[in-house]
Parts: sequence; structure tokens; C-alpha cells
Amino acid sequence: MKAPGITHARSTSALLYLSGVSVSFDGFKALNNLSLLVEPGEMRAIIGPNGAGKTTMMDVITGKTRPDSGEVVFDGTADLTKLDEASIATLGIGRKFQKPTVFENHTVRDNLLLALAGMRSWYRLLTAVPSKAENDRLEEILSIIRMGPQQHMLGARLSHGQKQWLEIGMLLAQNPKLMLVDEPVAGMTDVETETTAQVLREVNKSHSVVVVEHDMSFVRALGVKVTVLHEGSTLAEGSLDQVSADPRVVEVYLGR
Amino acid sequence: MITRFLWQGMTRNLQLFVLLVLAVGILVPLSNLLLPPESPFRTPSWVLQLMGKYLCYASLALAVDLVWGFCGILTLGHAAFFALGGYCMGMYLMRQIGTRGVYGNPLLPDFMVFLNYKELPWFWHGFDSFWFAAPMIVLVPSVLALALGWFAFRSRVTGVYLSIITQAMTFALLLAFFRNDMGLGGNNGLTDFKDILGYSVQSDTTRAVLCFASALALAIFLVISAAVVGSRFGKALTAVRDAESRMRFLGYRVERYKLFVFVLSAAMAGIAGALYVPQVGIINPSEFSPGNSIEAVLWVAVGGRGTLIGPVIGAFVVNFGKTYLTGALPEVWLFALGALFIVVTLLLPKGVVGLWNQFRSRSRERQARATA
Amino acid sequence: MLLLRPFSVLLSVLASLVLAGAALAADLATLVGNLTSGGLSEREAAITALAASGDERAAPILEALGAGQLYIRTSDKLAVIGRVDGNRLALTEAVSGKPTGTAVEADLDRVRVNNRLRGTIEAAVGSLTLMSPNARVRLNAADSLFKRRDATALPALDQALAAEKDPRIKRAMSEARAAIVLATADSPPAQKLAAIAVVRDRADRDSLGILNTVAAASDGEVKTAAAAAAGSIEQTLAAWQMAQNVWYGISLGSVLLLAAIGLAITFGTMGVINMAHGEMVMLGAYTTFVVQEVIRTSAPHLFDVSLAIALPLAFVVSGAIGILIERTIIRFLYGRPLDTLLATWGLSLVLQQAVRSIFGSSNREVGAPSWMSGAFQLGQLNITYGRLWIVVFALIVFASLILLLRKTPMGLYMRAVTQNRPMAAAVGIRTPRVDALTFGLGSGIAGLAGVALSQIDNVSPNLGQGYIIDSFMVVVFGGVGNLFGTLIGALTLGVVNKFLEPYAGAVLGKILVLVFIIMFIQRRPRGLFALKGRSVE
Repeated sequence: MKAPGITHARSTSALLYLSGVSVSFDGFKALNNLSLLVEPGEMRAIIGPNGAGKTTMMDVITGKTRPDSGEVVFDGTADLTKLDEASIATLGIGRKFQKPTVFENHTVRDNLLLALAGMRSWYRLLTAVPSKAENDRLEEILSIIRMGPQQHMLGARLSHGQKQWLEIGMLLAQNPKLMLVDEPVAGMTDVETETTAQVLREVNKSHSVVVVEHDMSFVRALGVKVTVLHEGSTLAEGSLDQVSADPRVVEVYLGR
Repeated sequence: MITRFLWQGMTRNLQLFVLLVLAVGILVPLSNLLLPPESPFRTPSWVLQLMGKYLCYASLALAVDLVWGFCGILTLGHAAFFALGGYCMGMYLMRQIGTRGVYGNPLLPDFMVFLNYKELPWFWHGFDSFWFAAPMIVLVPSVLALALGWFAFRSRVTGVYLSIITQAMTFALLLAFFRNDMGLGGNNGLTDFKDILGYSVQSDTTRAVLCFASALALAIFLVISAAVVGSRFGKALTAVRDAESRMRFLGYRVERYKLFVFVLSAAMAGIAGALYVPQVGIINPSEFSPGNSIEAVLWVAVGGRGTLIGPVIGAFVVNFGKTYLTGALPEVWLFALGALFIVVTLLLPKGVVGLWNQFRSRSRERQARATA
Repeated sequence: MLLLRPFSVLLSVLASLVLAGAALAADLATLVGNLTSGGLSEREAAITALAASGDERAAPILEALGAGQLYIRTSDKLAVIGRVDGNRLALTEAVSGKPTGTAVEADLDRVRVNNRLRGTIEAAVGSLTLMSPNARVRLNAADSLFKRRDATALPALDQALAAEKDPRIKRAMSEARAAIVLATADSPPAQKLAAIAVVRDRADRDSLGILNTVAAASDGEVKTAAAAAAGSIEQTLAAWQMAQNVWYGISLGSVLLLAAIGLAITFGTMGVINMAHGEMVMLGAYTTFVVQEVIRTSAPHLFDVSLAIALPLAFVVSGAIGILIERTIIRFLYGRPLDTLLATWGLSLVLQQAVRSIFGSSNREVGAPSWMSGAFQLGQLNITYGRLWIVVFALIVFASLILLLRKTPMGLYMRAVTQNRPMAAAVGIRTPRVDALTFGLGSGIAGLAGVALSQIDNVSPNLGQGYIIDSFMVVVFGGVGNLFGTLIGALTLGVVNKFLEPYAGAVLGKILVLVFIIMFIQRRPRGLFALKGRSVE
């Protein structure tokens, strides 16, 4: 049986395929004919000045915002413009927000449990008890994000950095094919930033990742292909050195 | 599996509290029935009736808390579900009057004779049987909640928008039930009940049994609510309350979680209303007035939202105050009620139970410091 | 005699005027004298002469004559008109029209007429009024003929029609003529057809009645033409009915607008649901009541301006209480909309009970100044001045508010705080003060609404309760944060409500509107004119 929203109109080898996507808010074009390809297993960094459309692009991919026009295809078959957030998440797209949003009234462990892939049916959750496999996975993630000792602490009591870590842990628990990570190092110290880059590279071994970031040193530390967004469309693409040599990028970043 | 489900949310405090509710539900009626009138320990009949009423209110408060305290849906229309359950019971009780009405019509209740009805409206059929009325008491409020919730949650109506929609719903029902051609007694509602299941609604024994039934219902609702809230479903539910869109991005179908509690809660409110009507002897459209629903919200706020014991305590405390004040100083009551709304939201956002917990944890910290 | 004493120029002018009147009166007296003396043939000549005089006062005299109510009082030979009043006849002087006591039939001498004379009289009356120099009299005569459909007046009508210059009166006369033609069974079909066309163009209830009678009574071509004409009138009338409904809808919509516009500000710009908003309206209405009470007891001549006095006072009273509420309660609850909702609901209970304690729970009488009472007719529309003024007032309030928001520094601050609170604070806007003033403004406007609503609703402590749900619906329906949306929303809901009422009844109509809005909010949770984009999140 075909799941709703699955289309065969456009088959592509790319994991994520955006083509000609436009979104406008009251006349303001947040995305303007944007195209983007992310291959399976790839990590991609998206940079661009404020208002370039980075967050709107994330919103479109995760189903929060419907594009006015254009195609958004995931995994070669799923038309993301027709699905809602929950279906898209179930298909295997995880998102980490710019501002960490963990469940403040739940413990660290419960936060991870809620994020854990699999159990989403409301009536089965009424009687479900965490299985051995699930508990093992929770322990594993807790040790990856080094929060074992804090596992019974309420989300509200965590520090900013701990919340960021918990968010990444929740992404891991969700085990998506594609992770969208929005400004993961905002407000972090240099050491934390370096560690985060390591973690993301680690994560990238088993997941495709799209990182949106301002911090150039962090992007450099990632050492991946970079896409520069400007006024809602792609300005340049390539390695960080290539794009920073591009005069148009320089103009956008250094002002005119 | 059912027992495991029901047991999973029972904390020790809650077990004690459920036992307390049951003890009240057994001892108060028994002391009224068995002790001689001159005994100082005998519960007077009016207290028995009041107790039954409060227990029904407590169930309504628990229903409100389930959606508001645990799922963040501030419902301003739950009295509508309460009243619908009450009307279903009222229709059954009306049909039990038979030929004992003023007009002695074997088929039509008095108000229909008075309004020149020629035959029983279609939706009255079946209500002569308790075994038809009983499922209706649950079904009618649930279906309404399902319909409203289905549309509202699917379209992501949240916050004050949802609150006002629920208020508009109860307001629309209020207007509708005021109409005589609604076929439900219009302004005067349904009253002059005689029998329930063959026993006179006026007799002390029936009242005692109804009071016990109300306590039993409340106890069962407490256990069910605890089970729901304590399950993984409950964790997801409070997560929806705290960060709804985050849950969507985790792949949860948020609207289904909301819909389930909303319908469950409406069914609980309906049953509470059905138990309430034979004890007060009347159901009329004023039960739908938006003020009633908001008052139920206040009980929850006073007791402590997001706790299971809080709404029960709140319902008793506020209604005791209401009974006392409307008797002793009627003009003060609305001032007091209004002030209570303001004081609780400004100063006691977690209610009485929250205050107690705060006090407890503080004294525990002090103890810990003393021993250290 | 007066002429002999010209004290001044002014007096002499006055005197000459009076004299001219006296001369005319004398003429009329002579003519009436001729009427009451002599035989039937002289009487006929006198009637014609009277008709030819063109004097307005002649018509009632002739009418009285025709009806057998013209008498000569035996005591003084004065011509009087006697109308039955109990057992006696109430007399008025025929010439001057002044009442002159009562009498019994025995003291009077009736001026007799026969059938031939009656015909002459009717024609004379018809031509007198139809030929009157006064346009209004001619128009009234034509209108009354249209209703009476008096065939005997036809010759006079034709004569008048030929002489008439004023197109409006000419049309009224030809309509009257057509009505008469249609009422006369033996008129030739060709004439009837022409008459049907004329009556059809009049297009009101009366003409519809005439055409229906004709359609029922005749056959052949005339029947079909009459039926078709009646059909077309029915359509026209239905259109008027629709226009009337639209007017009622606009009227209701303006009331909704007044009630909702303050809420649109507090909810739209601050995200605060003020459940006590209705009570601000109520306070405005009670302010009006107090102002009128003071005026009644100490300065009754000011009654017509009582509303003008009440308006600023109501704005100040409600606005001040609004600011007080914001400073003492609401500011502690920003970011907790549901708690704000509960607290303000509690507040509304307190305010209601306070007003009940002071003024009692019964309805208070608020009067309408003279310029707000009465009604006028516009085509087939019936418009009361009270409603008209409320519509005008609502639009004025709306326009001033838009101006305030767009053109004043206060408006600029308010918009800045709405759009980006931290940024506004960063550029030095004192956001707490703007919040308080915004809330005060919204409440003050609710007070203004209360002054208007005191004219059409019962002034009681429960006045406000009825408006809170409606107002909220209007704001949400129109789109939160969009004042023009509120305007359109209010008018749409008002009109929809009034269109549903005839089919569903007032209560069911209201229920249907509520259900409609519930469905609508679910379709478009952000209203008709929603703001899109990140700013609304």
C-alpha cells in the first residue's frame, strides 16, 4: 500500500531534493526559487546572512511552512509539500531548533524516551512499558551525550549547554535519516563548539546532516560542502575556501 | 493487563486519597441511614444531599483538570458536557413519571402537553429504558467532544482561541436549550422527577445510594485519570502541553492525544452530570451558562492544576464557600468569587496542592540541612 | 382700521400682510355665503366658483358639504362644519377653521345637496386639491386618489395632469390615473395595459396589491400583463427587502464593531483576552445614565446634549479603570494568556457585582435625545435616526482610531511594541507605559461603545456579558491584529446574522452564526485577513 503523499513523479538518488521552492510572507519573498540537493550520507553546511531564508528553508522541509511553489522530495519518493510535521518526522527527518526546546517538566530520561524512534501510537502508549531494547538504547545515548548522572533531572533545571546536548541526544534517539541542525553552537564556548563539531562528524557517520550556522570557525571545523544562501536563493556552493573566494559572497558578507 | 494499566499511575498519596473518597462515600450515607436522628454523629439529610452534589462537582473538576492541567487545553465549556449527561438522565427520569404528571398523560411529559405536542419527539424514544439512557449519558457528550475536538485540534486551534470556541459552544447550546421547540422543556428544563430504577428519588435510601454512587464514580475517575496520566501516553500528553510543536517534529500525532483526553474528559463530565441531576431534582438550560464552566475551571485552579487530588479539593473548598456565603452574605459571594479568580491566578498558580508541596519540600530541605 | 395707525414701517408691512389675509378671508366668506344661500342651481354655481378660487381652505368646506356636514347655525347664521362628538356635534367655523363650541342638530340647519351636486362637489374638491398652487397639496391629492381609486375624480385628474409641470407630481398623478383605470371594470383593455405599465413602475406594496387584484379579476392579455407586472414588483420588493436586511445588518454590525474594536486593540496588539471588556462597555452605559440623571435634576435643557457630555466622561471612566486593571493585574500575567483570561473573568464578576450594589440589578432608563428619535423613509427603506447615528458613530470611532494609530507618536509606539517588544524597549520606548495606555485606550473605546449601546440595549449590570463572545468572534473572524479586518468582520457577521434571522429565527440565527464562526476559525485559525509569517508565531 502507498502511504499518502508518496509520489513517484520525481525519482532521484538524492536524499533531499529541493527545486524551485518559493515562499512569500505578505509580499516579502523569504525563499526565491531555491534549489538544493543533499546526497545520502552527506553533511552540508548552510550559511548566509540574517534573513537569507535559512530558517524558512528548514520550516519548508519539516512541513511547518507550505511553499507557494516548487518541489521538495525526500528519499527519492516522498513529496514533503503534502505531508504534515508528524508524518515527515516519521519518515526520518529530525530537527534541532535554534533555541533549545526540551520538555521542561520531564526528566532527561523521559525526554529521550519521548524522542525514541518507534512508539508513536497513542493507544499503545497507554499501556506500553519501555522494552529492554529501548532501555539499552537510552543508556547508550545517555553515555554519548554524557548525561547519565543527570538522567533524573527535570529539563527545566538544565543549563543552556546541557539543554543543547539533550537536544542532540533526542535527535539521536529519533534516529532520523536526515538531521536538520539549526545553529548548534550559538552561545557555546570555543571548547564546546569544537566538541560539538566532533560529535556532529561522529553522527554523520550514520546520518545525513544539514547544519545551519553563522559561526565560520565552526563551519571550517566541520570541513564539509557549504551552500551560501542569499535573499532566499542559492548564491554559491562548494568548499568553504571556494565560496569565500567568490566575490559575490564577499560582497554579501562584507557589505556593499 | 487492564489491572496493570489501572495500577501504573497509583502513587501512595493517591491510593490513600481514593480510599478517603470511598470512605466518605460509604460512611456519610450510612451514618444518615443507620444512626438514630438524635445521634450527634448522624449526617443530616441536607448534608448528605450537599455531599452528593460536591462529589459530582469534584468529578467535573477532575475532568476539566485532565484536559487543562495535563494537556493545556483551557476548556470553558465543560459544563456543557456535564449538562448533556444531566439532560440524558433527566429524559430518563421524565419518562419514569408516567401518568403521575399534572396532566396524567401516559406518553407525554407535562411540558409537552402544555406546549401542545401531539407525539413524543424522535430523540425521546428509548429513554424510558435506563439501559438505553445509561450509554447515552456517555455517548452524547463524547460525540460532541469528538466532533468539536476533531475539527479544532486538526486545524490546530489552540490557546485562547480554543477556549473561546468551547465557550461559544456552551453558549450556543444554552441558547438552543432555552428554545421551547427544542423539545427539552425550554426555560424550565426537566423536573418533578419521581423514580429512578423504581425507587423514589425523594427517599433517604435513594439519596444515600446516589451519594455513594457519586463517590464511587469519582474514585473510578481518579484511578482512570491516574492510569492515563502515569502512562507513557501521559508523558506524551504533558509534553504536548509544554511544547506542542516539538512533539510534532518528533513525529507524534498531537491531535490524537488531545482528542483522546478531550473525549475521555467529556464522558467523565457527562456521567458526573447524570449523577448530579437526580440529587438536585432538576436540569435546566442555565447549567450551560458559560459562567458554570469557568467556575469549574476555578475549582481546578484553586485546588491545583496538573495534579489529581487538587481539583477534588478545589471543588469541595470553593463550593463549601459558595454554599456558606450565598446563604449568609449573598451579595458578597460574587465579589469573593471574582477575587478568588484574581488571587489564584496572580498568587497561587499551582493552587492549594502546589502550596502544600512547596511547604513540604521546603521543610524537607530544612530537615536535610539540620541533619547534615 | 389697522391701516390708519401706521406706527412704523415694520408695522405697516405687517398690517398690509394681515390685511391681504383679511381680504382673502372676506372673499372666501362671500363664496361660502353664496354656497349656503339660494337654490340648488345657484349652489352649483357657487361650488364651481369656490373651486375656481383655488383657495386651499375651500377643499375641506366642500368635502364637508359633500358629506352633509356643513351647517348654518340658526342663532347667528354662521356657516359651520359639524362633526359627531358623542351626542352633540363639535363645530368649527367653516371659513376660519376655528372651533366654535358644540351644538345639537336641532340648533343647526344642514346645507342640503343632492346626488348631482355631490358629483360636482367631488370633481370640485379633486380639482381644487389637484390644481392647488401648493405642490405638496397636489402630491398628497394624487397619492390619496391612488389609494381611493375614485372614478369620479377622473375628469379632474385628467385636467390636472394636462396642466401639471412638476415631473414628480405628474408621475404621481398618472399613477393615480392608472390605478383608477384598473379599478374600473369596463375600461378598455388597451388603457388597462398602459395603466399596468405605469403601476408596475411604481413598485411598492400598494401597486402590488392593485396588480394582484387585476390579475385575479380579469382575463386574457390584461391578466398575463398584470401577473407579469406583479411578478416584477415582487422582485423589486424583494430587492428592497434585501436592502432593508442589509441595513439592519449594517446596523447590527456597527454595534458589534463598537463592542469589538476595543477588544481588537487589547487582544490584537497585546494578546490579552480581556473578559472584563464587556464590563467596560457596561460602565460606559452607566456613565451615560448618571450624566442623564444629573441633567434631569439640575439642567433639563441640556438633555439633548447629554450624550455629547457622556462620551468623554465614559471614555475617561472606562479608560481609567482599564489602566488601573492593567497596572494591578494584567501586567503580572503577560505571557500567560489563559491565566489572564481567568483573572479578567473574575474581574468582570467583581465589576458586575459592584455596579449591582450601587445601582441595583434592575434595568436603568437611559433616554434618547430628540435628534436620535424618529425615523425616515428612503425608497422602501425604513431607517430610524437612532440606528443611523450609531452607524455613523461607529465609523467615526473607527476612523479616529485608525488615525490615532497611524498619525500620532502614541500610535507609532503601540505598533512598535506590537511588532517587536524587545526592539521597541531597546530603542527607548517605555513599553510598560505603552501597555498601560494601550489597554486604557481599548477600555476607553469600550466605554464609548457603552454610551451608544445605552440607546438600544437595556442598561443593567449584565449588559456587557452579552458582548464578550460576539466581540471576540468579530476580532478573530476579521483577523487578529488587523483593524480593517475587524471592520469587515463586524459588518459581515451583522449582515449574515440579519439574513439568517427571517429563515431561522433570532435565536437559531445566532446559534448558526456561532457554529459558522467555530467552523471558520477551524478552517482559518488566523481569521479573514491574517498576518502571515514569522511575526505571528
